[in-house]
Amino acid sequence: MSTSTGDKDPFIASLGKIYAGYTGGFAAFVIILAILEQMGVPDKIIGYLFVFLTIGVYAYIGIISRTAAVAEYYVAGRRVPALYNGMATGSDWMSAASFIGMAGSLYALGYGGLAFILGWTGGYMLVAILLAPYLRKFGQYTVPDFLGARFGGNLARSLGVIVLLTSSFVYVVAQIVGVGIITQRFLEVSFLTAVFLGLAGILVCSMLGGMRAVTWTQVAQYIILIIAYLIPAILMSMKVTGVPVPQLMYGFALERIEGLENGFRAAGMTPPPGVTGWHTAPFIGPNGAFSWSAALNFFALVFCLMVGTAALPHILMRYFTTPSVREARQSVAWSLFFIFLLYFTAPAYAAFGKLEIYQTVIGQPIAALPEWIKNWQIVSPYGVPWVNIVDVNRDGIVQWGEFRIHPDVVVLATPEIAGLPYVIAGLVAAGGLAAALSTADGLLLALANALSHDVYYKMIDRNAPTAKRLIISRVLLILVAILAAWTAGNAGADILFLVAWAFSIAAAGLFAALVMGVWYKKTTNAAACWGMAVGYVFTFGYLIWTEFYGLSFVELFGTKEAILAAARQTAALPAADPALKAYAAALVANAGQITDGAMSWFGQLILTTDSVVLRGRTVARLWTLNNISGGIVGVPLSFLTIWLVSKFTTAPSQAMQDFIDDIRIPKGGVRLVDRREAVE
Amino acid sequence: MPLVENADDPKGATVAATDQINGAAYWKKTSGLMWTMLAIWFVASFGIHFFATALNPIHILGFPLGFYMAAQGSLIIFVVGLFWFAKRQNEIDEEFGVQED
Repeated sequence: MSTSTGDKDPFIASLGKIYAGYTGGFAAFVIILAILEQMGVPDKIIGYLFVFLTIGVYAYIGIISRTAAVAEYYVAGRRVPALYNGMATGSDWMSAASFIGMAGSLYALGYGGLAFILGWTGGYMLVAILLAPYLRKFGQYTVPDFLGARFGGNLARSLGVIVLLTSSFVYVVAQIVGVGIITQRFLEVSFLTAVFLGLAGILVCSMLGGMRAVTWTQVAQYIILIIAYLIPAILMSMKVTGVPVPQLMYGFALERIEGLENGFRAAGMTPPPGVTGWHTAPFIGPNGAFSWSAALNFFALVFCLMVGTAALPHILMRYFTTPSVREARQSVAWSLFFIFLLYFTAPAYAAFGKLEIYQTVIGQPIAALPEWIKNWQIVSPYGVPWVNIVDVNRDGIVQWGEFRIHPDVVVLATPEIAGLPYVIAGLVAAGGLAAALSTADGLLLALANALSHDVYYKMIDRNAPTAKRLIISRVLLILVAILAAWTAGNAGADILFLVAWAFSIAAAGLFAALVMGVWYKKTTNAAACWGMAVGYVFTFGYLIWTEFYGLSFVELFGTKEAILAAARQTAALPAADPALKAYAAALVANAGQITDGAMSWFGQLILTTDSVVLRGRTVARLWTLNNISGGIVGVPLSFLTIWLVSKFTTAPSQAMQDFIDDIRIPKGGVRLVDRREAVE
Repeated sequence: MPLVENADDPKGATVAATDQINGAAYWKKTSGLMWTMLAIWFVASFGIHFFATALNPIHILGFPLGFYMAAQGSLIIFVVGLFWFAKRQNEIDEEFGVQED
């Protein structure tokens, strides 16, 4: 398969026209719906039109992009220009969590939430300088392909596949939950129906055309999601400040929030649980004073999210699709630019939403609240009300601490807060859906390709004919999708916390092996395999241990005070295993006999080891680090293992050194050590 | 750009194979750029934010500076840095004649 940037491919040449026309068409569609709404068409119909017409467009692109060529199916024929690959990566990257969840996290956490903004953008620096150009030059189909070719075959390939399957699967399940939540709200169907409707939308985009179809639908989805994110923020900024540039104007909102917070405190009020009372203050504990634990958690999270970004296979595989190494580098820059457009707007949403609530809700009589508050006082799929006012002191006035809001409402309700017509709410739903569908598409493709290409074709049947390979790919895609939807439908919103794990798992499992494979010639096959295995087992094990067996973790790494505190927390859990609760109660009853854990010296090495009650469990925290940053130890450990084992194993052969020289240089071909690793 | 996967094909021989010295010099310069970028990455991701508390009393357009750097400042450094990196690496490629045809 040979392609050239110089080819005058009529499709590539007319991409600008196609997507400009598409954007114009979408704008016209929104305007027509706005007119229909004014003419009295009910909200429900508007919501249906938004959801079904946008999914219809994605399906249409998916169907016309169908292909029977292997290179088209796996890497979109390697002819996606840098700019468009940037857009596709942007929507591949930005999930339902980014679109609807992030502004809400910033609302609740203030400065602390900026760790997500930094972590989910800065990782692209690592992608561009350390990995993308070299993976593109290597030029096969998947990330495990690189591991197999660089580290001697199927063992390294299998380890890569295992890490990929673990991290991508938890991630895709969360996306399908996101699709379900949005579809459920706007179509008013059951959660399970919503999940399977979403699934149909995902499959029709990716099944027939693989990467080619996913690429061109993702570009279309990016356009919708960015329009849907920016327009309400711009209108909100107009309402609050009179200037339609939310990213510049929310500074004044921040200043007023600080003033209002001081006023609330002076009046003796406290913020609601989970919401910071000092929106712009960095690294503070619940009392507003500087906290080492908060600072450590902030930087550890930034690190894990960045390294995880640079190790997630569904992102890395997007850079296999550009026509050249040069365009792969430019494409990472474009990707970050398109992601930046959304991420630098998210804190504005949070600030305007918070200011509006502090000005028009807090201190008002409950009977005289704005209309939008009443509309959102309904139960969400998370099992709690979207907005909940708990009149603790029964004075009929909303106090600071009495106003509870689910983070997702901050984006979903902005149109109503700003008093905008329903058509804007429909637009936001379409945007959230585009964000969730595009990420789910990319993840499903990464999963199915790992199974069909890496496991089936490379390890089971090397001689499978093209047609059979593509059929297997499609069958696996459907099977993985159904399994993910089934998991999502059963687990519901309770599993959203797992997304954060995907980053630590991918970071600890893959990052070191990929980076060392390119940048450290002496990396041996055994070293890379050990590095991946140690990083993955250690991090995944740590996450499971701290999350589900928190008390036992504290018993090993905590001081006697920490153990007693964890036992008290466990004994008081409402819905824990009775045997565990009895065990914890016995510990509390014999508090005098508790001794420091055997490894408590390690547990106190940086900060202390403790536990918190989260998600109905006692979750342990090594050095007070939340387990969302589990990769902070796993990543360095993986690097160290690779470096050490490389010292004690036979250096790579001359053929391998030549291979590394080839992938380091844009020009020329790649001399594979094992010719059977070639895919084209 | 022909994607040559075949070592027996004469076109498969790379610049590095025919000119070891040039290849080494190229990689040295590329590594230098990598470390520069990594330093910028570290400062923008972590270094600046160590001083967030000290920067926050400075307000620009209402933004406390420490908050602003984490919400926008570092992001702008990342985006501009990556476009600059792509341009600079292309210049290095062309300087050593190893750019794609």
